[in-house]
Amino acid sequence: MSSKSQEVEALVGQKYRHGFITDIESDSLPPGLDEAVVAAISKKKHEPEFLLKWRLKAFRHWQTMTEPTWAHVHYKPIDYQDISYYSAPRAPANAPKSLDEVDPKLLATYEKLGIPLHERARLAGVAVDAVFDSVSVATTFKEKLGKAGVIFCSFSDAVRNHPELVERYLGSVVPPGDNFFAALNSAVFSDGSFVYVPPGVRCPMELSTYFRINAAKTGQFERTLIIAAEGASVSYLEGCTAPMRDENQLHAAVVELVALDDAQIKYSTVQNWYPGDENGLGGIYNFVTKRGECRGRNSKISWTQVETGSAITWKYPSCVLKGENSIGEFYSVAVANNYQQADTGTKMIHIGKNTKSTIVSKGISAGHAENTYRGLVKILPSASGARNFTQCDSLLMGPKCAAHTFPYMEVKNPTATVEHEASTSKIGEDQLFYCLQRGISAEDAVNMIVSGFCKVVFKELPMEFAVEAQNLLSVSLEGAVG
Amino acid sequence: MLEISDLTARVAGKEILNGVNLTVNAGEVHAIMGPNGSGKSTLAQVLAGREDYEVIRGSVTFEGRDLLAMRAEERARAGLFLGFQYPVEIPGVNNVYLLKAALNAKRKAAGEPEVDAYDFLALIRQKMKFMQMSETFLTRGVNEGFSGGEKKRNEVLQMLVLEPKLAILDETDSGLDIDALKVVSQGVNSLRDPKRAVVLVTHYQRLLDYVIPDQVHVLSGGRIVKSGDKSLAQELERRGYDWVMGAQVA
Repeated sequence: MSSKSQEVEALVGQKYRHGFITDIESDSLPPGLDEAVVAAISKKKHEPEFLLKWRLKAFRHWQTMTEPTWAHVHYKPIDYQDISYYSAPRAPANAPKSLDEVDPKLLATYEKLGIPLHERARLAGVAVDAVFDSVSVATTFKEKLGKAGVIFCSFSDAVRNHPELVERYLGSVVPPGDNFFAALNSAVFSDGSFVYVPPGVRCPMELSTYFRINAAKTGQFERTLIIAAEGASVSYLEGCTAPMRDENQLHAAVVELVALDDAQIKYSTVQNWYPGDENGLGGIYNFVTKRGECRGRNSKISWTQVETGSAITWKYPSCVLKGENSIGEFYSVAVANNYQQADTGTKMIHIGKNTKSTIVSKGISAGHAENTYRGLVKILPSASGARNFTQCDSLLMGPKCAAHTFPYMEVKNPTATVEHEASTSKIGEDQLFYCLQRGISAEDAVNMIVSGFCKVVFKELPMEFAVEAQNLLSVSLEGAVG
Repeated sequence: MLEISDLTARVAGKEILNGVNLTVNAGEVHAIMGPNGSGKSTLAQVLAGREDYEVIRGSVTFEGRDLLAMRAEERARAGLFLGFQYPVEIPGVNNVYLLKAALNAKRKAAGEPEVDAYDFLALIRQKMKFMQMSETFLTRGVNEGFSGGEKKRNEVLQMLVLEPKLAILDETDSGLDIDALKVVSQGVNSLRDPKRAVVLVTHYQRLLDYVIPDQVHVLSGGRIVKSGDKSLAQELERRGYDWVMGAQVA
């Protein structure tokens, strides 16, 4: 063992003497962040040494970085020493081996969320990996997927059972030092989902992860890594919720997607983190780095997101289009009500020849909310024949909200085609009155008009989630008009 | 059915209606004519419950109920229909979906069960055929990309599906070619019934060749200055609005 590791071990030991908080519900690290905490997380998860080193490198890099301030969002400085970086529901023994071993209380929580692991998932044919605070609770459908050769498991399991894949791909799309929040995540990430679809395999079902932040003063730092090998395809959906709390909670996730030759990845998000109350108290800070790399020829990555929650959203699911003829897509609905702030968009980096990207962003603002679209289309000299189409539409409800659009474009190849369309509209008094005059209530009318506005994005979602997204939208905008 | 008494209303501080009196009985068709800016559309909007208009005086009863105390959607569910002069586009919202929601809102208010999807489609197809509308209408957004004539046909289609007790049609004839005018008129006539009433707001006499009114009123300066039978419309066509307004001054 190197002297460095011994040092770390010693530190971990010290920390242990100060004691982990272990109460009835969860097993947590006390608030605070230093190398010992990073090492403690790694140790708790019985990680191989390469990962510990990787984490520590990221942590040291993070310490040299400053929080970004360019986003159009405002919040009080975050005290990173006041956050607990690990919280696990306390299991009777070790990790549950099947759903039957999962704490019934926990399952009831999912039930309440509308994500019953047992029944609905089975009926819907959706495999669910549920992350509760920091630990993956249960992964369904492992067997069926296993037969197809698809690996779908918690990140921790992947580290244990497929370390070579993790080592090869982890950080290959979002390097640990990519940005402040990605670096933080790289140092302290506790769990998440891992998907590997082998060459030529079409994943036989929709894969899904449900994230939930439960414990107070806990940050959630999950890490998702999806690899679609040559000719493989997979559709993946994540949903997110958190309980109502007065303090703000930090969520800094990293998602990496890798698509090799002829592979396709469709990644859909329905994000409903607690947005704070109507006066702007509490809510989740959702600072997330999501990036996919179309590494192979003819590969395709498609992001669809419906963002209704969080006090602050800072999120730019992006595509790096390296492979020739590769395709990147971004379809987004971002809703901000009350005092929510959303700064979201995408980056499309065209590197390979004849790469194509499509961006459709629909922003809805109500109450005092601020909704910003920020996008970058970058076409490098190598990307001959590259094409991009961008459409950004904003819908304003009421007089006190705001919408901003910051489309950045860097085109360094003269054969490229870049198109941009943008519009801002108010929810029309005329439209509303038209519906009222037909006997439709104001609430139904607003839902109808907003759904119509979002339709092009919703139709990109897997069927069963499109309905959920629509319902979420109406809940988020309750009382926004009338 | 409809009793308007001394109705005075303003929009953006400007008085547009200035003491309108009008009685419409069940089974009747009334035409309200008048020059531009006389308050015709304002009257239609006030009756439908548009909030931008402030009623400062007068009363309106609809089947014995105080219409002005009802919200716009309540008036609609009680059987008051406004055919809009400029039907608005609602992108992404399917035509049939809106119409079904409207019909169900009305049925729910009346304590009836929601319409069966299959039955509804059959009903709407039948009415569409009657209005000579193409099947593509079923998949399009509300008035999205419709021509002026298509929008007006769509208004009448909605009216036929919702079967209102009182239909107020605000310049439904404007912008229609002669064939479309005939189809629209046929739609309006099919709704004539001893239990229903129709108020046609129109600028021209043309429509009244196809939908024969029981009474014709001339609105000018925010009040009804002359009423008569069908021949009044013809006289107006011949002599122009100046004739009535001149008579008013004299």
